[in-house]
Amino acid sequence: MLMNQFPKLTLLLLTPFLIGGELFAQESRDWPGASDRLSQVAEINRQIEQYWNDYGVNPASPAEDAEWCRRVHLDLIGRIPTVEELESFLSSEAKDKYSNLVNQLLDDDAYTEEFSRNWTTIWTNLLIGRTGGNANNSMIDRAGMQKFLRDSFARNKPYDRMVYELVTATGNVSPDAENFNGAVNFLIDKVNADNAAQATAATSRLFLGLQVQCTQCHNHPFNKWEQQKYWEMNAFFRQVRARGGRRAQMNGQTAELVDVDFMGESNDVQEADLYYDQRNGELKIAFPVFVDGTSIAKHGAVSEVVRRQELANLMMDSPYLEKALVNRVWGHFMGYGFTKPVDDLGPHNKASHPELLDYLASEFRKNDFDIRDLIRWVVLSRPYGLSSKMASAKGKEVDLVDDPQAGTMPLFSRFYLRQMRAEELYESLLVATRAEASMGSYEQQEQRKNRWLQQFAQAFGTDEGDETTNFAGTIPQVLMMFNGELIRQATGSANGNFLDRLVADSSLSNKEKINYLFMAGLGRKAKPNEVKMASQLYTARGNPRETFQDLWWVILNSNEFIFNH
Amino acid sequence: MNYQTPQGMSRRHFAKHLAGLSAFAGSSLAMGRSLSANSLKLKKNQKSAILLWMGGGPSTIDLWDLKPDSPNGGEFNPISTAGDVQICEHLPLMAQQMDKVSIVRNMSTREADHQRGRYYMHTGYVPNPNVVHPSYGSVIAHELNENRQALELPPFVSVGGGSEGPGFLGMSWAPFTVDSNGNVRNLEMNMPADRLTQRMQALRLLETGFIDENRGRSSVEHAKVLDKTLNLMTSQQMSAFRTDGEPEEVRERYGANNFGRSCLMARRLVEAGVPFVEVNLGGWDNHQGIFNTLKDQRLPMLDQGMSALIADLHERGMWEDTALIWMGEFGRTPRINGNAGRDHWARSWSVVVGGAGMKPGIAVGETDPDGMSVVGNAYTSEDVMASICKALGISLETNFTSTSGRPMRIANSGKIISELF
Repeated sequence: MLMNQFPKLTLLLLTPFLIGGELFAQESRDWPGASDRLSQVAEINRQIEQYWNDYGVNPASPAEDAEWCRRVHLDLIGRIPTVEELESFLSSEAKDKYSNLVNQLLDDDAYTEEFSRNWTTIWTNLLIGRTGGNANNSMIDRAGMQKFLRDSFARNKPYDRMVYELVTATGNVSPDAENFNGAVNFLIDKVNADNAAQATAATSRLFLGLQVQCTQCHNHPFNKWEQQKYWEMNAFFRQVRARGGRRAQMNGQTAELVDVDFMGESNDVQEADLYYDQRNGELKIAFPVFVDGTSIAKHGAVSEVVRRQELANLMMDSPYLEKALVNRVWGHFMGYGFTKPVDDLGPHNKASHPELLDYLASEFRKNDFDIRDLIRWVVLSRPYGLSSKMASAKGKEVDLVDDPQAGTMPLFSRFYLRQMRAEELYESLLVATRAEASMGSYEQQEQRKNRWLQQFAQAFGTDEGDETTNFAGTIPQVLMMFNGELIRQATGSANGNFLDRLVADSSLSNKEKINYLFMAGLGRKAKPNEVKMASQLYTARGNPRETFQDLWWVILNSNEFIFNH
Repeated sequence: MNYQTPQGMSRRHFAKHLAGLSAFAGSSLAMGRSLSANSLKLKKNQKSAILLWMGGGPSTIDLWDLKPDSPNGGEFNPISTAGDVQICEHLPLMAQQMDKVSIVRNMSTREADHQRGRYYMHTGYVPNPNVVHPSYGSVIAHELNENRQALELPPFVSVGGGSEGPGFLGMSWAPFTVDSNGNVRNLEMNMPADRLTQRMQALRLLETGFIDENRGRSSVEHAKVLDKTLNLMTSQQMSAFRTDGEPEEVRERYGANNFGRSCLMARRLVEAGVPFVEVNLGGWDNHQGIFNTLKDQRLPMLDQGMSALIADLHERGMWEDTALIWMGEFGRTPRINGNAGRDHWARSWSVVVGGAGMKPGIAVGETDPDGMSVVGNAYTSEDVMASICKALGISLETNFTSTSGRPMRIANSGKIISELF
């Protein structure tokens, strides 16, 4: 069985697609955005192309098929393709091979687990951060959060439904508890302190793209949301409480999120009010009012009004709901959202392509908030399928018109080079090296990954639990890739591991083995000067085993491996 | 065959092997720089800066600018110090060092959100969607690194926290983060030097091939960071991260806790020639029960570590060349809230600076009797940075060109805090 993995390569080497990469007949080739049978894809292309014309930029050429295939795997399921997956795509002659691949990754049962895992990872980081639930005294149950998300993505739960459940959830954080509801992990540590300031801020920012946290204390100079709006939003979270956790956890009792009567700060439950300090020191009253000005009944008793449910209902009708998600998904696939930061859609922060954002948002709502369909439209579009090589000739001035890294408005006239996220790198290393870490139950795999990720996470020491990741492009990252355990295992020569089996495979020539490693890591064959480099390594090492160890190490450490390009 | 980080002769041997690799991306791992490693003599007057970053927003009204006669004053009393200032009674060791630092009591800023405040106090700019500004650590490292051929360590080290990034200066000026124990993961290469050298040469071929395909500057930055990493892996100077070799009494003086160890490491790193070290002490976001938290937890730790650092730098004759900055993202509300806490407050607060020839022992500026606003002239993040630059001999005329091609003046054209000079 294991030996069967390699001989397939021979087939691949005979196909005309990959000879040096340069012999691509790019002009005559079909490309993703060309077959715009989906009206949404056609509209994305039309609007993006309009901006290219208006700004006078030449789009990059279409990406090579292998690059596109690698990219789609990374962005949809969070890892690079296996050699077999690449080969199957490259050798396909089907006209609609591009949409076939996307549909397969989105809809095929074989990929459900990986698709869900990837989007669970992305949303876990958004909802509770990379470190949420890791500390011993945390109320969050990280596995509980993941269980809820995994279930949502695997069943393709409509996005509005998912948000409703996150905002209104009650129940226990832990999958072991009787009244388990994984969704409560989002708010569990955000409601008790500081009058639920974090719940207010996170709900507004993540699901509506509204940054209200600055207006907690004052009317913000750069943000039209006023202090009153913050506190009216905050009033929706005055019934919710987290119980248990921390100390209780020691008795095996995990935290619960509940709604309780809010008596109001003036102790009149029928008109349950709150007061806040204005900057001039005067107190002002606030009741629950949604950002669009809709107010709800002022009663504080749960039997009369459940404020979070009222809030969630109002959110379901808000156009910000779909805009925020569309912007986030666009940013995920294209490298930049229509706004920067991606979760600030306030009136002070103009979008780069406002009409397209509005169009996609309304299509998303019309389409019952189906995230997979939205992904399909973006991934099959022409801008997503462009090369990351700049259109301007090599050696010339960088095209400054479309260089968002330099602060220009993104025009999406090429695929913006970006580093793999830490989780993507981890999963890709497992795939590329067929490492042992991919064994075990889902929970065990996640725990191993989480431990590995902790080396890069850093908290900032504030009550809001914000954090940073010293991952992308840092010395610790390079040290990990040079010497880390995962790489040592991958490039070591333990009996029976991936490299060992490749070296021992007598059905392949050395050149075929070299190409296999380049395919596995970079999705392409070795160029002539790279084959020469490999033979120089062979001269130095004197034996194939060590030579392939060196070569594999070099490939995994290259910029081409670590970048999504 | 079991080859560990090279020592002495091996290092020289190794450097020879690596010399050919230096031009990965036009970076400068010069031969001379490596060869002088064994006889590392710090240039006299080599300037450095240490930032003590108080994550969460420290309550400066309870530490450095007490208001005992105001209802805002809280539970603490002021005490006299060796300088011409009074500070909190729970900072007795710092009180003995106040003849060496000064308090800027008229800070007035506008960012009272953690993320925005952290960015602004680290860069001098408010967050801007079109450009990422370099943090002060990256800027100072960038400016002071030039004459330090002997330095093999990253020029900007952040201990026990993340700092802000290098922005448009590029990833090679990113903070190198370590925990307070100085552990750097994955440092051992476990292979003979020749073999690593050959791997690096092969890797260079791949890196260059990808860079030449004109895919943008991130690919170039990756190659530069490879260089820096290699430098680090082979350096004897890595011992600067290890505080466990210090004498027992020194370690005790700084405090047997993360902050104490971090401060001690900062001194060792500055001794090794690192131009900028940031030390992180979090836990200042005291929305509730602030006085107990400060009295029992934050202040004893701060008092011991910070005072030991100042005294030690002074005793070693390094104080005149080392600028110290103590600050967080903002201060805290003068009014005490219903939970016996204080909330975010940027309008009137304090930072502490000293060393590198800045005038010690004084309080710059003042706040009104209730601490609610600054009286008279006020200073900002930019002004603190401008003053530090002046103390370190960095020209305030220095301009950077951001990736967008726009020139940006160092310290965002901040003005010097004249009282300190």
